Amino acid sequence: MTAPLTIRIQRDDFDVAREIAALSQGRTDIGAVVTFSGICRGTEGGDDIAALTLEHYPGMAEAEIRRHADEAMSRWPLQGLTVIHRFGRITPGENIVLVVTASQHRQAAFEAAEFLMDYLKTSAPFWKQEEGAKGKGWIEARAHDDAAAARWTKS
Amino acid sequence: MKVKYFAWVRERIGKAEETIEPPADVHTVDDLIAWLSSRDEGYAHAFEKPKVIRAAIDHTHVRPDAAISGAREIAFFPPMTGG
Repeated sequence: MTAPLTIRIQRDDFDVAREIAALSQGRTDIGAVVTFSGICRGTEGGDDIAALTLEHYPGMAEAEIRRHADEAMSRWPLQGLTVIHRFGRITPGENIVLVVTASQHRQAAFEAAEFLMDYLKTSAPFWKQEEGAKGKGWIEARAHDDAAAARWTKS
Repeated sequence: MKVKYFAWVRERIGKAEETIEPPADVHTVDDLIAWLSSRDEGYAHAFEKPKVIRAAIDHTHVRPDAAISGAREIAFFPPMTGG
């Protein structure tokens, strides 16, 4: 059986518990579920922010996440995978992104979740704009995110 | 072909998308950036540091030397900051 894969790009919030249940309910083959939630911080670079606005490239965002999800499914024995990424205006404390991985044993679920987040950061076409006291500004990409993604490249 | 712009590239150019017909000597993504930059100050500002600009052809990331022939949709944007 092919493991269920869910990818959603949405403006609305998501419910982490509901997404875990959707993946694991009624199944006895799953021994581990790992979730990563990315949440909007109230500060960026030491300055308070009022909100983040996430812009995305519709069509490519889904396609790019799917390519990495497919790679995760081929590299680790996953029993299920869900990726949800929000766009639009998001205020501090709100969810931005969710990755849920399910596997028989924990190592695959942990590693696949980390792999997916590292690639979401550097290659999924989303851009964050912050709203702060100084006005609006685009958040710059960080070199350490590129380094985190690069360590998964097979040499 | 259709061209799309995102984030500060979109803001500097002043539009989210357009349809263009580049001349025959524009073969690669790099050539297209140079051609667009010559059109007006907005494009020149958006592409002032070409090494920072990322590109995608038909929803797939490509390198600056990628050929644009046959492309339906080309997108230009800054390094991604999602997740």
